[in-house]
Amino acid sequence: MFKFHAAIVAAVLALGLPQLSHAASDAELQAIREEIKQLKQSYETRIEALEKRLQEAEAKAGQAETSAAKAETAAAAASSRPATESTFNPAVSLVLQGTYNNFSKDPDTFRIGGFIPAGGEGLGKRGFSLGESELNLSANIDPYFRGSFTAALTPENEVEVEEAFFQTLGLLNGLTLKGGRFFSGVGYLNEIHQHAWDFVDAPLAYQAFLGTGARGNYSDDGLQLKWIAPTDLFIELGAEAGRGKNFPGSDRNKNGIGSAALFAHVGGDIGTNYFYRTGVSYLWTSPRDRQFNDLDSAGNAVVNSFSGDSRLWIADFILKWAPNGNATVTNFKLQSEYLRRIETGTLDFDMNGAGMLGMPVAGGYSSNQSGWYLQGVYQFAPRWRVGLRHDQLQAGTVNIAQVLNGTLTPQDFPTLLGHTPRRNTLMFDYSPSEFSRIRLQFARDESRPDGVKDDQLLLQYIYSLGAHRAHKF
Amino acid sequence: MNKFCKLLTMVLLLVASQAAHAALNVFSCEPVWAALAWELGGDKLNVYSATTALQDAHRIEARPSLIAKARSADLVICTGAELEIGWLPLLLTQSGNGKIQPGTPGFLEASSFVLKLEVPRLLDRAQGDIHSAGNPHVHLDPHNIAKVAAVITDRLSQLDPANAATYQSRGKEFQDRWAQAMQRWEQEGAPLKGLPVITHHKNMTYLIRWLGMREVGNLEPKPGLPPTAGHLAELFSNMQRDPAKVILRTPFQDARPSELLASRAKIPAIVLPYTVGGSDKAKDLFGLFDDTIQRLLQAAK
Repeated sequence: MFKFHAAIVAAVLALGLPQLSHAASDAELQAIREEIKQLKQSYETRIEALEKRLQEAEAKAGQAETSAAKAETAAAAASSRPATESTFNPAVSLVLQGTYNNFSKDPDTFRIGGFIPAGGEGLGKRGFSLGESELNLSANIDPYFRGSFTAALTPENEVEVEEAFFQTLGLLNGLTLKGGRFFSGVGYLNEIHQHAWDFVDAPLAYQAFLGTGARGNYSDDGLQLKWIAPTDLFIELGAEAGRGKNFPGSDRNKNGIGSAALFAHVGGDIGTNYFYRTGVSYLWTSPRDRQFNDLDSAGNAVVNSFSGDSRLWIADFILKWAPNGNATVTNFKLQSEYLRRIETGTLDFDMNGAGMLGMPVAGGYSSNQSGWYLQGVYQFAPRWRVGLRHDQLQAGTVNIAQVLNGTLTPQDFPTLLGHTPRRNTLMFDYSPSEFSRIRLQFARDESRPDGVKDDQLLLQYIYSLGAHRAHKF
Repeated sequence: MNKFCKLLTMVLLLVASQAAHAALNVFSCEPVWAALAWELGGDKLNVYSATTALQDAHRIEARPSLIAKARSADLVICTGAELEIGWLPLLLTQSGNGKIQPGTPGFLEASSFVLKLEVPRLLDRAQGDIHSAGNPHVHLDPHNIAKVAAVITDRLSQLDPANAATYQSRGKEFQDRWAQAMQRWEQEGAPLKGLPVITHHKNMTYLIRWLGMREVGNLEPKPGLPPTAGHLAELFSNMQRDPAKVILRTPFQDARPSELLASRAKIPAIVLPYTVGGSDKAKDLFGLFDDTIQRLLQAAK
């Protein structure tokens, strides 16, 4: 190409302007030579510069590769962990708690007037006392199931299996199946462990109707199926079937189902500051020979026994407020549950013949009793909360055939004499961190029979260590 | 007969259109991932954020509205690294939704795809409420957002193959825009290099490292513990030797400790949006970093 151009140029010069070309061609040729020399030089410098840059870029790329390789090994080293037996450790957590109690009346003589006693855990001991230490282990078992185990170690050195259940993970369409021993999903407070409560003790209505005792929950051995609707509004339906061995049921030697429960809950957000959940539940149990101690009218200790059907209805409601939904600095919660229990069956008076009649007397029994509690807890500073609770029970109607037909008198069933148990509780708690809490609680308890008033002061510590526990709503 | 045919056709078309427009339900734990999912998926997704910019993700409860949303979710995008440990595991087990359990494609833990800072050598709660996998507040370094965006794009294509082409093209287009924006922010933010700052909680670490600033203290005595008067006094005396120029906090943190120390030390205490929705200008991811850098530059003057 160059040669061709050169030829054209030469021909033009030769044929074009002969007189000029002779003189001009020398100067032009010189100029062209200069130009070409300059072009060559500039291209050479440019090529040199480009080569240098290419060398530098290659070097940098080489460096980048080595550091990338280093980073990879570092990341691999950081992410690898030695494979030992304990590689798949479950989440382990332990709750330590204890109280200092001051009861003006003997806690061992505590009964709720007007209601068949459940025989659950009592109020606690006067003075310093260790509470229940709660150990929980939970982990995913495989892609389909999760397991959780909670043992309560009592200060009396007993180990109780509070919860031990499996739960499905892989079911679709909002279904979850739970099986084993678990806290029943009826009501609101029942699914919450005692160390997460806002007061040291359970509401009176739970103690009277669910037999939780002052510090327990109603649990059953069985199955629970929960379904959550595919809606933006939270709608949960649940059904349980179980053994029914705990009060208000009794442990029976029978095939089939000893207790059944149904519940439905609805919940959601109201604006950005309010969050609620409300629902109704139903629990059916069928106790046989559910015994309790009482005194007859002559003061003899007798053992009575109820057999029949027990039906419990619960309506529950909780509303939480936090500014913009941020509960860190201040928040408030308002919580209430209403319980109504209807029991029908037979009541055997004085099973052991230790009373003044010297022999058992059986008769029909029916009761329709109710109770409720309302509590509010306000966090007024990042670590400080104050709470107020009112408990009230109505003994309602209790029909005992032996009393109605005159064989016995109402004074032969002093525990069941009509009464309106009431209690007011005030608490303050201070939480240095999410894992520690100290609570001071005052209560004026008027739930004992005969209007006996008990002034209670409780100081409690609750500490949890190990895996982070869940923030249940 | 004619009317019936017309009605049947309309019904069939309606049913067919519903099936074609079944948008993927994305449940995001924090607003930043919701904003990112929206950038990458647009109207192919129904995006829901469990928390807002005014809420502290550490303190959320597994409340009913969140359980209901998790139940219907196809993809859950959360930060992980134990940021949501108080409520996300409970949400997942209570949701009755097998598609979003850890280990399934419907579960995406954003922080596991980025390099985490401040991995604790000693796992002890005496050091405060520390996260064992490292500092979880990864979203304030835009390079991390780019990395997570690539993962989200692939995951969306995996879960919704019919729209994979859309996700891939949107993903590429976002990465290009984001890369340009990052260059611009790094240029604009150059004056902030070496700026000493005090933060309320240790949740600005990634922003501070990205912009080359220096964290000289925290208002919290230990992570997760509320600021105390004693600790503020200690910070003030430390500032005599090693002064800070500005105190940073998020919209959901208590203003009082920042303002107390700011008035004593005569330095500004400013609010950074921290996440999408944290200020009027931080309406999306680009606005978040635009506003953050503007506020920092303003305060550093």
